[in-house]
Amino acid sequence: MSILEYNGAAIIAMKGRDCVAIASDRRFGIQAQTVSTNFQKIFEMGPRLYIGLPGLATDVQTVHQRLQFRLNLYELRENRRIKPKTFLSMVSNLLYERRFGPYFVEPVIAGLDPKTFEPFIASMDLIGCPMVTDDFVVSGTCSEQMYGMCESVWEPNMDPQELFESISQALLNAVDRDAVSGWGGIVHIIEKDQVTTTELKGRMD
Amino acid sequence: MEFLIGIQGKDFVLVASDTSSARSILSMKQDTDKMHRMTDNLIMLVSGESGDTVQFAEFISKNIQLYKMRNGYDLSPSAAANFTRKNLADYLRSRTPYMVNLLMAGYDKNEGPSLYFMDYLASMNKCPFAAHGYGAFFSLAILDRYYTEDVTRARAVELLTMCVEEIKRRFIINLPAFRVRIVDKDGIHELPTIKPQVSVRSIASESL
Repeated sequence: MSILEYNGAAIIAMKGRDCVAIASDRRFGIQAQTVSTNFQKIFEMGPRLYIGLPGLATDVQTVHQRLQFRLNLYELRENRRIKPKTFLSMVSNLLYERRFGPYFVEPVIAGLDPKTFEPFIASMDLIGCPMVTDDFVVSGTCSEQMYGMCESVWEPNMDPQELFESISQALLNAVDRDAVSGWGGIVHIIEKDQVTTTELKGRMD
Repeated sequence: MEFLIGIQGKDFVLVASDTSSARSILSMKQDTDKMHRMTDNLIMLVSGESGDTVQFAEFISKNIQLYKMRNGYDLSPSAAANFTRKNLADYLRSRTPYMVNLLMAGYDKNEGPSLYFMDYLASMNKCPFAAHGYGAFFSLAILDRYYTEDVTRARAVELLTMCVEEIKRRFIINLPAFRVRIVDKDGIHELPTIKPQVSVRSIASESL
């Protein structure tokens, strides 16, 4: 039993035309037992910048809090919103600092540049190795299933409605093949002028 | 082998814990109180490594009292829970981690009632009902079926009794008594200890 599978999670981020989407499941469980179905794994770090944190639940909360602290100091010093690419480096640095005693989270970042509104998605392993892609990123206990689903439903230049459908179907069907993730879903569609948050109705098992 | 449970109602939180202290095969004490008072409207239930439980609970309790002395007012339940989580998380990666599972139940005049579940790894979640221990495997399903958000005090005690009777019937370890308390705007009140009596169900067997 791997420590990354102790709580169970599933996160996907996808790029569309002038928009990005990020989705996660909502389960908080301890191995086989489900404790609650409203656990937050995606956190808003800026008006158009979101980070998804799958992995060990305690580290999800600790990394979010430590990251929020660093981001607050950055914004106070620089007097501006952080760019997604810079934020990627900030998260990578936070994780690599713990190279030999890591936080058990494998983050996924999705956002739009604060000035140019260019879409950006990236993911990282638990020691901070960044990976920036043009299509989609997945992370969690059912990553193989999510890769398969995303490869099937993703197309380039989808508009926000199509993107919402794709990411929702990818998430719901992937978590249905994993015992420790699922129990509901939440999707954020991030566009230039608005962020739409939708709760998904899925199998509660 | 220990059991903690909490059920949140509209304006109260009902909490209960078993009362036995055991080591290996020996039950040393049958009237243990696993609940610790943090403030007038906040209570913490602890289970886990013996020693760590009381040490950690008292450490948090005294720090919460210190906040009140310094600032003149109590920490809210959510602030207290987050403070507890931070301490547990900080100690987790030290040489001396606390192996404590806990529930925090409180009432705040602005936030209303709240129940926080925290496991020994310091993952925290605010829940309408929660339980720790093997007894949770029996209780949570019952509460999923019968719990409603506007549960009254009497109904909450009924639900608690249902859970506790199921544990008495089906859990291999005997947990004879459960201490029950309720937290609401008027403070922490003790309710009668529940000692479940479960009649033996048997089907008539054919005589030999």
